[in-house]
Amino acid sequence: MEQLIQQVASGLANGAIYACLALALVMIFVSTDHINFAQGELAMFSAYLVWQALEWGMSFWLALPVVALFSFLIGVGIERVILRPLHHAPVLSVVVVFIGLLAIFHSLAGAIWGHTIKAIPSPFPHFTFVGSGYIGPHQIGMILVTVMLLVALFAFFRFTPLGLAMRAAAQNPASARLAGIRVDWMLALGWGLAAAIGAVAGSLVAPAVYLEPNMMASILLYGFAGALVGGISSPGGAVAGGFIVGVLENLIAYLGNLFEKTTGVYVIGNGEKLTVALIIVITVLTLKPSGLFGQVSVKRV
Amino acid sequence: MATTTVNGIAAGERSPSLGRGYWLTGIVIVLALLPLIGGKTGLISNYGFLQLSLMIVYAIAVLGLILLTGFNGQISLGHGAFFAVGAYVAAVLIDQANWPYWATLPVAAIMCFLVGYLFGLPALRLEGHYLALATFALAVAVPQILKYRHFEWFTNGVQGINIFKPDPPFGLPLSADQWMYLVVLAVAVLMFWIARNLLDSRTGRALRAIRDHTMAASTMGINVAHYKTVVFGVSALYTGVAGALHAIIFEFVAPDSFRFELSIAILVGAVVGGIASLPGAVIGGVFVQVIEKYADALTKKLTAAVNLPLDLEPWTIYGIALIVLMYTMPMGIAGGLALLWRRLRGS
Amino acid sequence: MHHTTRRLLLAGTGALALALAVSPVCAQKKYDDGATDTEIKIGHTNPYSGNASAYGTIGKVIDAYFKMVNEQGGINGRKITFISYDDGYSPPKTVEMVRKLVEEDRVLFVFQTLGTPPNTAIQKYLNGKKVPQLFVATGASKWGHYKENPWTMGYQPDYVTEAIIYAKHILANVKDPKIGVLMQNDDYGKDYFNGFKQGLGKDADKLIVSHVTYEVTDPTVDSQMIQLKNSGANVFFNITTPKFAAQAIKKAAEIGWKPAQYLNNVSASVGTVIKPAGFENSQGIITAAYLKDPTDPQWANAKDFLEWKAFMQKYYPTGNLADGSNVFGYSVATLMSIVLKQCGDDLTRANVMKQAANLKNVDLPLLLPGIKVNTSPTDFYPLQSVQLQKFEGETWKLFGDVLSNEAASN
Repeated sequence: MEQLIQQVASGLANGAIYACLALALVMIFVSTDHINFAQGELAMFSAYLVWQALEWGMSFWLALPVVALFSFLIGVGIERVILRPLHHAPVLSVVVVFIGLLAIFHSLAGAIWGHTIKAIPSPFPHFTFVGSGYIGPHQIGMILVTVMLLVALFAFFRFTPLGLAMRAAAQNPASARLAGIRVDWMLALGWGLAAAIGAVAGSLVAPAVYLEPNMMASILLYGFAGALVGGISSPGGAVAGGFIVGVLENLIAYLGNLFEKTTGVYVIGNGEKLTVALIIVITVLTLKPSGLFGQVSVKRV
Repeated sequence: MATTTVNGIAAGERSPSLGRGYWLTGIVIVLALLPLIGGKTGLISNYGFLQLSLMIVYAIAVLGLILLTGFNGQISLGHGAFFAVGAYVAAVLIDQANWPYWATLPVAAIMCFLVGYLFGLPALRLEGHYLALATFALAVAVPQILKYRHFEWFTNGVQGINIFKPDPPFGLPLSADQWMYLVVLAVAVLMFWIARNLLDSRTGRALRAIRDHTMAASTMGINVAHYKTVVFGVSALYTGVAGALHAIIFEFVAPDSFRFELSIAILVGAVVGGIASLPGAVIGGVFVQVIEKYADALTKKLTAAVNLPLDLEPWTIYGIALIVLMYTMPMGIAGGLALLWRRLRGS
Repeated sequence: MHHTTRRLLLAGTGALALALAVSPVCAQKKYDDGATDTEIKIGHTNPYSGNASAYGTIGKVIDAYFKMVNEQGGINGRKITFISYDDGYSPPKTVEMVRKLVEEDRVLFVFQTLGTPPNTAIQKYLNGKKVPQLFVATGASKWGHYKENPWTMGYQPDYVTEAIIYAKHILANVKDPKIGVLMQNDDYGKDYFNGFKQGLGKDADKLIVSHVTYEVTDPTVDSQMIQLKNSGANVFFNITTPKFAAQAIKKAAEIGWKPAQYLNNVSASVGTVIKPAGFENSQGIITAAYLKDPTDPQWANAKDFLEWKAFMQKYYPTGNLADGSNVFGYSVATLMSIVLKQCGDDLTRANVMKQAANLKNVDLPLLLPGIKVNTSPTDFYPLQSVQLQKFEGETWKLFGDVLSNEAASN
């Protein structure tokens, strides 16, 4: 039982990592209708910027907003300069451009900062509390920040004119244009926000998994799965999806161990937990194609 | 949600005219004579033949993806998985059952067709991004499945399987690399020929109709589910045969050989070559094999020429190359060339 | 002025005498592919990209080393051309690159190719072609099988030996050991694990209460560490690569698990593992070493360390001075140049192999005191000795004797 609680807690902590990235993926998706495969590498790059700022003597809580702003500008820049000419290109061409971006950011990080791991100290105060043994203060902080980001985004899209304009631009560009919304800039804004969220995700992930150029490569799949299982068009769903994937994976390993301990037969373990988690996610998606919390979209033919 | 079908990429999918047919036959004959011409004169080393074989192998793998994505509109980020299955089928049969290498190819083909077909069933309910995730997951899962404890007795786990490269039969005066090149070339010609006939047939038209307008195709009486799953199987078959050839060429398979990067390479090859075009598959295959080396060489030159304060890495050049290619030729190189050809003829 | 002339004269006569003495043997110059009067070509592959890219620095430091050698006049008057390609730790890529090295670049031999799967993939080809595959950068025990693969030789102490040493130490020092093992699920992990079980003897399965694995693609090993803690283990054998080693050490501290920790040498670098994991979390960890750690103050004034540091600053200024891989690359490149020097003018593949298998008590820079390189035609394991060390404060503290393979298997 003790272990079950610990595994769930650790799953939630990992889930927070996936949820942050999923949120950034959703951000780009709702504003541009693309899944950005370079999102993880952008977040990793931002995390390196935070590390660099810390090296230069900044405090974490100063470095984070500065880097987030800087990442926002990078995101806007990428959309305006690189993706704008491709607005009418086939989807797969855009995917290949994302892969190109992924390669560029990945290799630049390696070239600039090297390939050995770097530590970013946890920005959250170290304290002990009830249940300290189950989950660390950094993990709690990560979950809190994720939820705060989600609430902020929700409010932004629900209540601010800019947020409403962005949603309108993504859902129906033609009408939005008629209503006087500058659709092009809304896309760029979506990219900027996603990059800023990615910066937060990256710099919170780094203290937990260590910073290196491959840091986000494997996390991308989890974020992707989380975003889809929750519903790719819903920020809340994406966060929930991230947590679900995190917990699910740990539970599979836990149950596999339990089974082996009681029966002596090895069926699944740590080597297969990701595979099994993905099978479950995909099964869910075949039964509920718009995700657990996504709205069913009606397609006109 | 926007449809993610790959509209507007029909460039270069015209079936070849008679004149082009002669050209093609000529090219194939020249390629088949290369071991005699290049090999004997020493113009092409054995390593050169290995490179050529690999280009052809990747062309077959890319062709598999093109059949699925380009001609049927189903996206796959995980074709490396079928490549791996094909490779392991060949390696296990040679290693465990002492089969001759050529006999493993049809088995790899059938196995991959089955795997692809079965995967295509749930994939029917998934579209666009969801299918992308499912195939992405497949690519990530396969290396782990190959290591699965209860499969170790035949996959040899993480150690991988060593096999032997075949020597040319009947005492032919060829090196092993030259012989394998001819085998690979023959298989490729056969598979491209089948693909062309398939696409020119009723089936091919049905596949394209489904890609361009699923609903309309279905009202016209096309059994959408049937075609979509079958083409998934056929696509996996093509890529799997490529995998089997790859295993025989390299005499070694291991889970580490089939990581996610391979699936990405196949996808990039298909899109850069030209996603709905058979010549595009060949261009894509060449691209997959050649780009990395040029990126590496170019990076070294650049670093030496410009005195950069950091060691530039080849991936930077690779990434820039992809973006520039997509800028200049969003329909892939085959599409770009077709466009150029039409413009030249038009003016 | 006068002095110099005399010294030159003396040196000249000396050289002449030496040349006369050895001329019957070495008069003939013999070359295979890749060697000429002016050049020796060496081939190399390394993961500069991909999951294992942290090891890319080994290729860079070796390249820098040979640059230094060339500036100082080369080896026996010949310049070294060191050709290094990226294989991304992918076996087929390694095969391709090594074939390019042998067939297009025509190197004399292949040196320091990195990783067990990549080396497994090229071993048959190189042995078939009779091209030396020297001092490979992996500790699998199979690189010393001189009968089956007479053209392949390892370098570092093999994983099996190292694991046996830990096992013996546990049996001798931990009362009622219950062992938890965290292992990377690949060739390297299995080699360590098998050696470990061998060292524990027939009770191995009883002593190991938990054995969990992770994949290099896993974001964290948190879940695995919780499993280990809950197994009730009081000994932790950590078979992980640097990133995961740091994660595991930190996580153990976070969840309040305090076993006796044994860490594989692969991740013993202070600068790139222990420091990121936190010194406070790493107290008392035991590992086996054969190289000096570059961050260890006890070596700060050692002659070989100062030479290495000067070399790094001059020839590889972007290199990380805290990274043990840069020490590793420097020492193995030194060994390579010693072998080539020993080859004299007979630069055939057979002679390179013969000389590599003819090293007697060779002292390399940055090896721990008392550890020497020894090979013979029936001993293809250049380094077989390690010494245990314990982490205290901010450094490793060596303890006990230098242990060798023989001692371990007794």
